Order: sequence, then C-alpha cells, then structure tokens
Amino acid sequence: MANVNVKPLEAVFWLCTLLPFVLAPNYLSLASQIAITALFALSLDLILGYAGIVSLGHAAFFGTGAYAAGLLAKHYWTEPLSGLLIAALSAGLTGYAMSHIVVRFRHLALIMLTLGLGLLVHEAANSASALTGGADGLQGFRVPSVLGFGFDLYGRTAYAYALVVLFLCFLISRRIIHSPFGLALRGIRENATRMPAIGAPSRAHLRKVYTIAALMAGIAGALLTHTTSTVSLEVLSFGRSADVLVILILGGAGRLYGGIIGAIVYMVARDQFSGINPQYWYFWIGLLLVAVVLFLPNGILGGLSRFSRRRT
Amino acid sequence: MVAQEIDLELPEGLRYALIGPNGAGKTTLINLMTGMLAPDAGRIFLGGQDITALRPDARVKRGLARTFQINTLFPHLTALESVALAVLEREGHAHHWWRSLARFAPQMDEAFSILKSLNLQAQGDRLTRELAYGQQRLLEIALALATRPRVLLLDEPAAGVPKDESAALFAAIAGLSGHLSVLFIEHDMDVVFRFASRILVMVGGRILVEGTPEEIARDERVREVYLGKARHAPA
Repeated sequence: MANVNVKPLEAVFWLCTLLPFVLAPNYLSLASQIAITALFALSLDLILGYAGIVSLGHAAFFGTGAYAAGLLAKHYWTEPLSGLLIAALSAGLTGYAMSHIVVRFRHLALIMLTLGLGLLVHEAANSASALTGGADGLQGFRVPSVLGFGFDLYGRTAYAYALVVLFLCFLISRRIIHSPFGLALRGIRENATRMPAIGAPSRAHLRKVYTIAALMAGIAGALLTHTTSTVSLEVLSFGRSADVLVILILGGAGRLYGGIIGAIVYMVARDQFSGINPQYWYFWIGLLLVAVVLFLPNGILGGLSRFSRRRT
Repeated sequence: MVAQEIDLELPEGLRYALIGPNGAGKTTLINLMTGMLAPDAGRIFLGGQDITALRPDARVKRGLARTFQINTLFPHLTALESVALAVLEREGHAHHWWRSLARFAPQMDEAFSILKSLNLQAQGDRLTRELAYGQQRLLEIALALATRPRVLLLDEPAAGVPKDESAALFAAIAGLSGHLSVLFIEHDMDVVFRFASRILVMVGGRILVEGTPEEIARDERVREVYLGKARHAPA
C-alpha cells in the first residue's frame, strides 16, 4: 500500500535543495529556473506519470499562467502571491475547458490533439499582440518583492520563492497520489478500459487531474514571470512542451521526484554544454537522452530503483 | 457477431450458463448488457429500471458487474489495491484527493475479506502481474464482487485454467450470495451441467433454447446444433 510517511532520504533531498545558497551563490538564477522547470515537470507527471495522458502541449498552461501573472503585474498590481493564485485559476480554467476534449482520446490521437491545442494557444497569443506584446513579449513591469523580500540581483529571493512554491506543490502532489483519487488515477494508467467495469467514471477523474496539472503548470509559469519580470512568447512554445516531456522521461515518470531530478540534470547539462559549445550544445543533450533511453529506459530514478532492488 | 431477438430474464439467485458455439454472440450479449456496445434496438432493464442509455460505469453502480474472457486487470497495482479501488469507487470515495488512503481502513478491510473469500488473502500485497494465471482469474471475479453486484456476468471465468483448478473456481462462484444472479459463459459441459441452475443456448446471435440442465440435455436441437449427437447427462 502507498506509504505517505516522509522517508529520511526525502528529508535529505529537500535539505540539499538549500545548498545552492551556500555552495553556488553565483548560480542561484539557474537554480530558480530549475525549481520552476521542476514544478512544471511535476505538473506533467500528474497527468503523464500517474494518469497516462501523454501531452505535447503542456506549455499552453505554463504560458497561460505566465501571461496572466504578467498582465496582472503590468496593468493592475505587482503583489506576487495573489498573482500566483490568479495565474493558477486562469491556467486551471483553460485546462478544465480543454480536458473535456482531451480525455476522450488516448495514444497517438491524444499526442496530436495536445500538440494542436498547444499550437492554437501559442498562435492566439502571437496574434493578440495588443494584449500579449506578440513576438516582442510582455515587458514594462517589475515585481519588486514577495512578502517584503525584494528580488535581488543574485537571485536569492527568486530561488527561495520558487523553492518554497515547488515544495508546497510537491506536498500537494504527494498527498494526491497517496489518496483514493491517486489510486484511481493509477488504475486508469494501468488499464483505462477496465475502469468503467468497476464502476469508475474515468473521464471525470481525468478531467479533474488535467485541471489540477494545468493549475500547477500555471503556477510555474507565473513564478517565471515574477522572477524575471518579463514574459516572452516562448513560454507557450512547442519547444517548452517538448523539453518538459524530455525532462520527465529523463528523470522517470510516475515517481514524483522524476520531474525534479530530470529538471536538475537537464538544466545543469544544458548550462554546462552551452558553456562549452554555444552553437552545438543540443548535440550533447541529444547524446545524453539517447544514453538514458538505452541504459535507463525508466529514467534516472527507474534505473536507481532497479539498482537498489538488485542490491537488496 | 450480432445478437438479435433476444428476450432474456435473469431472476434473483439463479445461476445461468450461457453456452453456444464460437461466434454465437455470447460475449456480444454481455457487452450489450453492460453497455460496452450500444444496441441498435431493444431495451435492457435492471430491477425494473431501464438502463439502456446508461454508461457502463453507471450500470455497474446500479448492480450489474462483469468479468472478461481475457484477464483485464491492473498489472502494477497489488491485488489488494485493485479490489480496494473497486470498493472505493462503489462507495463514492475515489474522488477524495486530500485524504490519505490509510484513512479508509473499512474499505481496505472489505477488500481484504473479498480476497479472502476467494482464497487470495496471501496474495494481497503482490503485484497483479506477478500472480499465477488462475489467481488472476479469481482476481477478475474479486473486482466484480467488490462492486456488490445484483447481477454478475462471467465471461468464461475459467478460460485457460487447468481443469482441476476450474472446479475450485466454480465452487467459489457457487458459494456466492444467494441474492446474486449469475450468468456465466462456459465451454466445459461438465462444469456447465454441474453448476448451472438454468442453461441458455445461443446460436447465430439468437437464443435457441433455454431450460433446466435436464431439459437442455434432452433437447434434440441442442444436441444437433451444439452438443452433436453425443448424449450428455447432467451430473
């Protein structure tokens, strides 16, 4: 049965997330980017890893949250926590609306559908340039502080802010997957066609988790807006959807920590490879992915868990 | 395969066997009854209520459960988790996303006692995919029982199970609540004549004849169409 108690290794992991403050103070902005991407990947894990919904358009919700937070800061107020809430609601509503279509499909059709919906939202934001700034992005606002802590040049406040929000969303996700609803999601992932035969309204469950995941992705998008004080059209791009999918598979889907580990490895590798060779760094990322798929088909955490099982 | 001109009633407590050659439409009939297929015409009633327009999961909630001819389970859930999921769905708890599973002890206990009633109590913590084939067939039935059905439709419950194990499986079915109506598809005539209180014979999508095992064994048409000329006496 699912164990909801915190394991010592988990406590150590979360304590380690504080290390950048001490060991790598010059890399705190990278650390906050990682935390934001980890939250985005965690939201994808809820639908892909736990409910089996493959999505190539998850950036639609990240971007909706980013733009909602940006528009609010630009035109109304810059208090970020209420911004997070409104961004979450905007992305959640978008997710809920889309979920009615998405849950009807599986497999290849689902991939195409989510890709199409992602592109639709991207182009809608591009064409509504009066509102979104189009290809130039949304600029001209600045979120000065969160709870009285000013955003500093070193990125200390930004990382602390992103880390706390990631941790809270992680706790919520953990709670969800260890609940009866989480069990129902795993049931859908394992055998969607069997679920109606035990009286389960699978589509209602899927609509719910899709909305929760969209909401969480929206929070990640809003975090990016608050910590960078800008929104570019890239937040809605196919590349962002593809990256987060790669990150989750790299870390290991359906393991809750997979998205976080994947985000750390992918973003650090990208940072290092682009430093070595700014033009061809994607080559190394590609090589890393091929190696992971060949040697760790269930991602880094899947490989580690297989290794520890062998040893015991 | 089509199923047509079928007028069938399943009174409470009876054990019905549905027999017929391959392609007779037996599974199609179960799919129609459970809503996995939509009928072009005709109505389906459960306890006097028309359920023809209901989705499969809504029919299960009203008390109509089924098992599948080929194991259709949850490979990476444990046996206990699988049955607990069905219990939680039945009681409307599966939408709870904030309360831990550990808080649902009565539902877990019920799931365990269902496994116990089918001699699966020792397998509760094992992943479904690790269970022996016969145990998986029993788990199919456990999942259906967890929905507390009034009518249970078993599609070849002993398919692929060795003959000695299938007798134990049907003994478990025979021991189910007397309030439960059971309809099972089965090809093993020994099992059919031993466990069925009534037998339905389907041929070419239609019910050819329905009667007690004695009546079916005596029926010339059944012998010609399905049993061949071989005599078959009920056990």
